[in-house]
Amino acid sequence: MSENEKNVGLFVTCLVDLFRPTVAFAAVKLMEDAGCSICVPERQTCCGQPAYNSGDNEDAKAMAQMVIEEFEQFDYVVAPSGSCAAMIRVHYPELFADCPDWLTRAQNLSTKTYELLTFLSDVLHVDKVEAALDRTATYHDSCSGLRELGIKQQPRKLLDSVEGLELVEAEQAERCCGFGGTFCLKFSDISSRITDDKCDDLLKTGAQTVLGGDLGCLMNIAGRMTRRGETVEVRHIAEVLADMCDEVPPISQGKG
Amino acid sequence: MKLNAHNFKENAKKALKDNDLQASLQKLGTGFPLKRLAAMERLPEFEDLRDQARDIKDHTLRHLDFYLEQFESRVVETGGKVHWARDIKDGRKIVYEICEAVGAKTITKGKSMIGEEMAINEYLEEKGLIPIETDLGEYIIQLRNEPPSHIIAPAIHLRKSHVEEAFRKTHTELPKDRNLDAPEDLLVEARTMLRKKFIAADVGITGANFMVAETGSTVIVTNEGNGDLTQTLPRIHIVLCSIEKVVPTLEDCTTLLRVLARSATGQEQSVYTTFSTGPRGETDPDGPDEFHVVILDNGRSRMLGHDTHDMLRCIRCSACINHCPVYQSVGGHAYGSIYPGPMGSVLTPALYGLEKSCDLPNASTMCGKCEEVCPVRIPIPKMLRSWRKKQWEDGPVPTMQRLAMTWWAWWALRPKLYHRVAGWKMRIMGFMGRKSGHIKAFPLKNGWTENRDFPAPEGKTFQQRWSEKGGRRT
Repeated sequence: MSENEKNVGLFVTCLVDLFRPTVAFAAVKLMEDAGCSICVPERQTCCGQPAYNSGDNEDAKAMAQMVIEEFEQFDYVVAPSGSCAAMIRVHYPELFADCPDWLTRAQNLSTKTYELLTFLSDVLHVDKVEAALDRTATYHDSCSGLRELGIKQQPRKLLDSVEGLELVEAEQAERCCGFGGTFCLKFSDISSRITDDKCDDLLKTGAQTVLGGDLGCLMNIAGRMTRRGETVEVRHIAEVLADMCDEVPPISQGKG
Repeated sequence: MKLNAHNFKENAKKALKDNDLQASLQKLGTGFPLKRLAAMERLPEFEDLRDQARDIKDHTLRHLDFYLEQFESRVVETGGKVHWARDIKDGRKIVYEICEAVGAKTITKGKSMIGEEMAINEYLEEKGLIPIETDLGEYIIQLRNEPPSHIIAPAIHLRKSHVEEAFRKTHTELPKDRNLDAPEDLLVEARTMLRKKFIAADVGITGANFMVAETGSTVIVTNEGNGDLTQTLPRIHIVLCSIEKVVPTLEDCTTLLRVLARSATGQEQSVYTTFSTGPRGETDPDGPDEFHVVILDNGRSRMLGHDTHDMLRCIRCSACINHCPVYQSVGGHAYGSIYPGPMGSVLTPALYGLEKSCDLPNASTMCGKCEEVCPVRIPIPKMLRSWRKKQWEDGPVPTMQRLAMTWWAWWALRPKLYHRVAGWKMRIMGFMGRKSGHIKAFPLKNGWTENRDFPAPEGKTFQQRWSEKGGRRT
């Protein structure tokens, strides 16, 4: 690692680690291309969001402490997910509001934690990527990223530079996909009704590919799409920006 | 109404299969939100107004005792009377005693959520009085004997055919062969029937969107004008409201009015905004002989200074409800409380107890749309989370959910073991879905595969591949 390189800790996120490693490799490539050195601590699993949103603050705190200990050494912490990044950025300080020692450390980590696309755009000032994809695509704004981190223009701007890609906006791009973490398990029927609305709205655009920045939402949308027999492709935006679509089939689809 | 929040899941299942309801909800989901957006775009200072509205409510809540007492003195000075109701029982008794003292028989009623909270109609009926709802939506659901499904559009769950059916069943004195095909026909009929009731009523009950401390006025906003007829024609006017509705000044009230209708229906202003101050004065051409304000607490003072304190800022515009993907899917009745949607999921546990409404704070994807559209910037997801925390700490969490979460946390806090086991598991799942790219079902039934395919993992985890690649570690 040279002196000029930014020392970035990659918070892989549990879903990307387990289900879609290509997304993390894509994130690494994008950041390395922009002059970062990427380190992946082995001692990381989950950001604690499922526990936090279930009211289990004790477990959420224990997981947050592990993340803080492991990641506070870096210049930046980056996650390829708006919802996990928002957990660290927005909710860790809330979690330790009445615990002064940890609060300072949580705040410190919060200020240097970014979601991948905002990190590329807002911190590294990347405005174009070397990638090509001959498709029409539509972008789903995941709720946490959109409302807690203000991710809206960054992905669109970057996608604009992908050769051959035509971006079409869905009417309700900002509407929730119905995933909601454990919500989709606890209230499966309601969740799938919301997901159906989302799928209809995305399909109405006629786009061949659905893109997004959060694997949870994308697995939900893709899982519902294939269950309905739809053939539209669903992918994480990082795969497209890093030109790695050939390395892995669309989410929930076979190699074809 | 009787609280039925503990049956949320079953209610929701039924609602999802109710085609009439789904058709109504489809309209709501696009109607109000688009109108709100258009209204916002016409008013560049809307965001600033939201800040001001929030600050007014925050200030008032910090000095609630002061403003409530100031309001009471002003009401008394203008010849009215304030009654303090600690709970629903108190409130009902006060209303009944006022009606009884003047020998009332029929009572007209404008729309009032506090009236719904008190279930005042049922109570007055039990006592032999005849309460008649005069807001069209409320009138329809009163005829159908069902609770409201929305706080500003109580009959939003119904289709036109339901209304016709209810009218034909109730208005038996009208010719059977009359034509009720057009919505206007229904309106005219309701108007004709209600006009007689307005004139015959002994007491008029209305709600209040605001109580103005500096003048002792109560304020209602309506689109039908029924509120005005309800409160000016009878001899007695009773206003039902709750402690958090007070605002310091008329100026404050107008600021809140500017965000209220825009957030609710996208109107600049409701068709009628009516200020009532005291009974009929010597020089007034009309108005009631008596002016009573019943101020209900019913658990609200317990919210002050606690986790759900900010919820007391709510001005009941329904923007959170109109924009909520869960409400848009199941409608209001599923919540089993007169306050549905996101605001209801915070308020119902506060007013009726968390143990009777455990599902409500969980029935949210936490998408945050409610907070985004709230005119007084109530952090609703944060408060839903605080109920979930309380639920987790105090017990009422289904055992399987608790076990699953504790189990997940146990693994997640042991990274070495976690990565080793996850590696095997992902290899197996990857193998299961190797052809189609997904898994249709697991041996154990679960909420995911009931309605979706489960996307198969690539195979090896990222951590495994990063190690194999010799990637940088700490």
